[in-house]
Amino acid sequence: MAAEPYTATQSSQKRSYLYYRHTVPVRVMHWINVIALTLLMMSGLMIFNAHPALYWGKSSYTGRPAVLQISTRDAESAGQIGVTRVFGREFDTTGVLGLSEFNGEPQAVAFPHWATVPGYYSLAMARQWHFFFAWVFVANGIAYVIYSIASRHLTRNLVPTTAELRGVGASIKDHLRFRHPTGEASRRYNVLQKLAYIAVIFVLLPLVILLGWAMSPWLNSVLPGWVDIFGGRQSARTLHFIVAWLLFAFVLIHVFEVIVSGLFNHLRSMITGYFKIKESA
Amino acid sequence: MSRRKLLRSIGGLGALLLAGCDRLSGTTWFPKVLEAGERASQGVHHLLTSRKSMAQEFTEADLSPQFRSNGTSAPNNPQYRALAVDGFASWRLKVDGLVHKPQAFTLAQLRSMKSRTQITRHDCVEGWSAIGKWKGVPLSEILASVEPDGRARFAVFHCDDPMTRDGTNFYYESIDMEDAYHPQTILAYELNNKVLPIPNGAPVRLRVERQLGYKHAKYINRIELVDSFRHIAGGNGGYWEDNGYQWYAGI
Repeated sequence: MAAEPYTATQSSQKRSYLYYRHTVPVRVMHWINVIALTLLMMSGLMIFNAHPALYWGKSSYTGRPAVLQISTRDAESAGQIGVTRVFGREFDTTGVLGLSEFNGEPQAVAFPHWATVPGYYSLAMARQWHFFFAWVFVANGIAYVIYSIASRHLTRNLVPTTAELRGVGASIKDHLRFRHPTGEASRRYNVLQKLAYIAVIFVLLPLVILLGWAMSPWLNSVLPGWVDIFGGRQSARTLHFIVAWLLFAFVLIHVFEVIVSGLFNHLRSMITGYFKIKESA
Repeated sequence: MSRRKLLRSIGGLGALLLAGCDRLSGTTWFPKVLEAGERASQGVHHLLTSRKSMAQEFTEADLSPQFRSNGTSAPNNPQYRALAVDGFASWRLKVDGLVHKPQAFTLAQLRSMKSRTQITRHDCVEGWSAIGKWKGVPLSEILASVEPDGRARFAVFHCDDPMTRDGTNFYYESIDMEDAYHPQTILAYELNNKVLPIPNGAPVRLRVERQLGYKHAKYINRIELVDSFRHIAGGNGGYWEDNGYQWYAGI
């Protein structure tokens, strides 16, 4: 990765220059991932809507109740309400889960249609979207891993140094105060950022793929019983759902950090590659 | 442009793209593009498994207390109901198409043939699973006695349950010859040590354990061997396939 300053502009007090931060492959693969993961999440929610309940074990009918269940039921006073049951405890989630308004009409659907692809009930179409973009995502992921290792993007930019790891505590404090590295330090990812990226790239993303495969009856036959490492097919389905939401949580934090540490600058660097560095005087 | 304005335009762009997704879903060409995903799954799955890779089998302890009936639970078909009255004594399973010896089997004949018992998990396309114990005649036994023609590529299962209220549009399904000869592919006539109940597909239903539930045709009355299913019903190889679902149901 080029480390030479691109241009330097002289301001009255502080110098700032554009630094080539993200290579073309990283930028392209980042945006492919944005599209693929968004569509996977939203088509996944539509697939969930076809049977909005999660279980623990090898099957759904084990004699034990569902871990999570979203449904619509009649409440005498209020008419229809949306309810979400978590470990048997019931919550009224009308408006969001179980019953939501869409185009001015109340709809009895687990996740609201504004959050699903397609934006109407179609399990068949949601599966087509999901499996197409699952392959886009897998191909992109394989390309990324090969690139990161071959170009040393992984070792140079992602793996934290021992010194950095010692600064985790300080970095957490900085993040909580919305303080971000400036000057030369902002060329590199900070240690929490590195750890978050590594956890997502090498733990959560492979895990969500593996959990997806665990739901395929054909892939179950690769090695009969392998799905039991997750507690069975229905447990795998539950975990697939949980990991998807953990990824969503990561995206929320990621976008939040981007906004508070310079939305324009980060967007530019992920589009053009160039990140503006303000030298601390 | 302010930060807020930029965020708002990103949000607006997102909403526009999603509206675009719905428009694409409604076209005829775009779902065909998405089908590349199905083909990729089928291709990769077949690379990873052998022709006779076995679905997981379970123990009695894993059995679901009640095996869920999905789709049709009582076929709205007078002929079927008449057959059910006398315990399917006059029911016949016709096997024809690209075979050298077309035959019709009685239920008693099927029961007297070699059988296989398996405790397997049924995975519905909707997401739920149920575990049941099935006993039936391996489809390979039937094929051995009808002697398929070398041109046969698919086994099509014609069923007795109409999918529309007026009693037409019968359920059907199809599998390829690899699945047809798979050891776990059976025509089940028993569920959980009892005669197969009507809600679960009496008198016989297909078990094709490496695929999703909709492949497991119930209320079968005829098996037709074909080299293509394009001329049958909607031409996509099954009732749900004609309604937009994937023919390859291994995922």
